[in-house]
Amino acid sequence: MSSEASKAIEPKVLWGGKISPFSISYGKLMMWIFLVSDALTFGGLLVSLGFARHAAVTKGFAWPSSEQVFTHFPFTHAHLPLLYVAFMTFVLIISSVTMVLAVEAGHRMDKKKVAFWLALTVVGGLVFLFSQVWEWSTFIAGPDGDITTWGDNATLKQNFFLPTGNVIDGAAQLGVEGPQAYAMFFFFITGFHGFHVFTGVLFNFIILLNVLGGTYEKRGHYEMVEKVGLYWHFIDLVWVFVFTFYYLV
Amino acid sequence: MERDDIIEYSLHAHHSEEDGAKLRKKIYFVTVLLSVITIIEVLVGVFISRSANEGTNLWESIKIGYIILTLIKAGYIVLIFMHLGDERKHFKWVILAPYILFLLYLIFIALDEAVAVGNGMTM
Repeated sequence: MSSEASKAIEPKVLWGGKISPFSISYGKLMMWIFLVSDALTFGGLLVSLGFARHAAVTKGFAWPSSEQVFTHFPFTHAHLPLLYVAFMTFVLIISSVTMVLAVEAGHRMDKKKVAFWLALTVVGGLVFLFSQVWEWSTFIAGPDGDITTWGDNATLKQNFFLPTGNVIDGAAQLGVEGPQAYAMFFFFITGFHGFHVFTGVLFNFIILLNVLGGTYEKRGHYEMVEKVGLYWHFIDLVWVFVFTFYYLV
Repeated sequence: MERDDIIEYSLHAHHSEEDGAKLRKKIYFVTVLLSVITIIEVLVGVFISRSANEGTNLWESIKIGYIILTLIKAGYIVLIFMHLGDERKHFKWVILAPYILFLLYLIFIALDEAVAVGNGMTM
């Protein structure tokens, strides 16, 4: 990419004051700093997931296996382990691609293309959000749709396995640490990520309105698209890790 | 008064039609790569279940494989999609070094302590 950052400038000039040594605008720099702090929060959450799991397993509690918990797909009762999560991951990756295409179009001042790709990104984000709503309600209610109380969470009851291979029976056994912590981390981590997706969709939508209104055309550059783009890619990045450490490993 | 000491870096970020075509090619390549890696991960997850293989060498190596694939995906997202690969060297380190240092320490200390906490609670 041809930008100020790829120009060869003497370090003495670069660090001599007056100009940004990183050849980057204030807004973009601050977005990166924010993303680092946000990534530390998510890193902390995922590490605490690992902590809880290691402690529980060392204690002798079983930890539910995600491919036995997430086996459902909308509109069917077929046994399809992990496929819906894979679909969600794919949606998020594709919406990240449409976002980077919007940024690229912005560098060519192509207003129509920016609006087109940004609109697709908003749609992708919404698809992901509604998928998450479905996944949460399925996790709470179990595959056949009866909303149950926490004590006999249908999904965990039907899918949780013990080291001996017994199916869990009744509320008493659900109280053991492994499955409970598993469910708590599910809601906390995907919830925190989902809220990021929600705000990301909101930001993208506001920027889309500005693009359509010609704000950035007048300004002479589409850097705002790049900034919300950074945030949106970050959401995809976090999901890549959640997918691995919550669902796969 | 017009200020002459402010540089609009964003105005230097434009590129030509040819550069754009090259960039799009790169984007599509990364798209295919990320999709293929995700498909591989899911297929392994579906066909080799954790519950049946937990504790075996096979599962341990799959776990390490997952982590490596995840880091490859993350690298492509950060360096290509977020353009960190095109930024200045110092900036890359300002973003990556504190994060990596902190997280490696956190992972080490948390996993180490988790085993101790688990052992302590059985007594």
